[in-house]
Amino acid sequence: MEITDKMIEKLADLSRLNFDGEQRDKMKGDLEKMIAFVDTLNSVNTDGVEPLIYMTNEPLELRKDAVGAELSQAEALSNAPSKDSDYFKVPKVLDK
Amino acid sequence: MALSDYSFVNLASVREDLISKKISASDLVELYLKRAEEEDKYNAFLEVFSESARATAASLDQKIASGETIGELVGAIIGLKDNLCYKNHHVGASSKILEGFKSLYTATAVQRLIDQDAIIIGRLNCDEFAMGSSNENSAYGVVKNPIDPSLVPGGSSGGSAASVAAGLCMASLGSDTGGSIRQPASFTGLVGLKPTYGRISRYGLIAFASSFDQIGPFTKSVDDSELLYKIMAGKDVLDSTSSIKPIHKERSGQSKFTFAYYEEVINSPGLHPKTKTLFLEKIDALKAAGHKVISTSFPYLEQLVPCYYVLTTAEASSNLGRYDGVHYGARSEASEDIPSTYFNSRTEGFGPEVKRRIMLGTFVLSTGYYDAYYSKGQKVRRLIKDATDDILSKADFLISPTTPHPAFKIGEKANDPIALYLEDIFTVQANLAGNPAISVPMGMTDEGLPLGFQFLGKSFDEKTLFAAASLI
Repeated sequence: MEITDKMIEKLADLSRLNFDGEQRDKMKGDLEKMIAFVDTLNSVNTDGVEPLIYMTNEPLELRKDAVGAELSQAEALSNAPSKDSDYFKVPKVLDK
Repeated sequence: MALSDYSFVNLASVREDLISKKISASDLVELYLKRAEEEDKYNAFLEVFSESARATAASLDQKIASGETIGELVGAIIGLKDNLCYKNHHVGASSKILEGFKSLYTATAVQRLIDQDAIIIGRLNCDEFAMGSSNENSAYGVVKNPIDPSLVPGGSSGGSAASVAAGLCMASLGSDTGGSIRQPASFTGLVGLKPTYGRISRYGLIAFASSFDQIGPFTKSVDDSELLYKIMAGKDVLDSTSSIKPIHKERSGQSKFTFAYYEEVINSPGLHPKTKTLFLEKIDALKAAGHKVISTSFPYLEQLVPCYYVLTTAEASSNLGRYDGVHYGARSEASEDIPSTYFNSRTEGFGPEVKRRIMLGTFVLSTGYYDAYYSKGQKVRRLIKDATDDILSKADFLISPTTPHPAFKIGEKANDPIALYLEDIFTVQANLAGNPAISVPMGMTDEGLPLGFQFLGKSFDEKTLFAAASLI
């Protein structure tokens, strides 16, 4: 399958990644190779085969909807790249 | 006894040495801290946890002196792959995007080792987000193989393998998504275990591909592997995919087994000649010892690695969506608004292999390609699982070399992702089907490079897997 510039742009946008110039060409080539590599899946007849989604066959237990030993606010904020005493901080969202 | 003369035999004897006061936990920690600081020529350690290791050792010595009950792992010096959380210690999946991140809690597997009085000595280099087979994808540099430093140690848990092989810790933990424990164990002459999916809680393991990932140990012996496995395994309410099935107490007493192997793969020209010779020698030895060895075939050999890549990259593209430069981890200096915070932080934070896999994963999940790739992959995965179960209904184990080749030169395959992916041919089947598998050393090439022998067993039947592994 040929990967077009437009496809790379769309995938990069969905992935929240930037690729410029040389990197974009390299990614295009790599993706083409990788997609050709995985295309062999299409040689297998899977008519009537159910997709395997869950690897466990034990019934999943629901836990009680109760507050447990969760992180404190200070702990949750401790790894933030930018914060004040109560909130995560992000660059300005609205212009005005 | 001079401290530097202390040589590690196995974890049980370390415990005895501590109880008999032949050595103290503090002495052991000082010895291993010194080794990790002075003898790590392999870039295995990203950080040595000297302060907490010393504190743990001091409290263990006090416990021993006061005659309190001590755990099964007292004195065990254990390193962690840099994707396992240990409260108040840095963890980063060898990625710049997690630079400075400190764990807020401890992974269940790690906590269970600590509860048995293990000493956590530091965190170990790996491929970024565990994506790789050579440990050349770390943001903190390549790891070298202690057997020959011009070679890769394998990956992704390369630091976990190198540290144990070089005697810088007694055992280590890694994670295995497609062979990331077994392949480096094979490249460094160690025992590497990937337990059954759901056997060891993944709580506190930085996720790569959630339906494939399992934590497991790197050890010098099958006994140590089993000891660590039994301590870490079992239900954990914090991981809903962890199984409630009981953990074995005694290894299986079964003494004669039936082994199946893929004859066409062993005869493939792609295999290193010594890999083939050694593997066939082991088969002859097993037969001579009264075991049955049958040849079998697998209809989806060609699809194993492609199926693995479609599904793991899809899961990775979703799992890695959380790294957004907002709540934790690194934020780009060039962030001016919300979109540029996301785009720039991720573009600067992730390395090339991680980006490649996110892009492929996004592709297979995107509208128009989802059915042809992702859903198709899940269907092929079911066929692979059923065909694996079918082999294991006729044989106790599927056996193979762990890898087609011994460790290769650093840089040799760095520009050819597909060549690197094919290294995973023997290992991915266990992750696709969920089965347990173990790699044990089977000998060396003429150049002295170790090669591994892999047993792939029935799900949740580790008790028989360890029995078979001790035959080699």
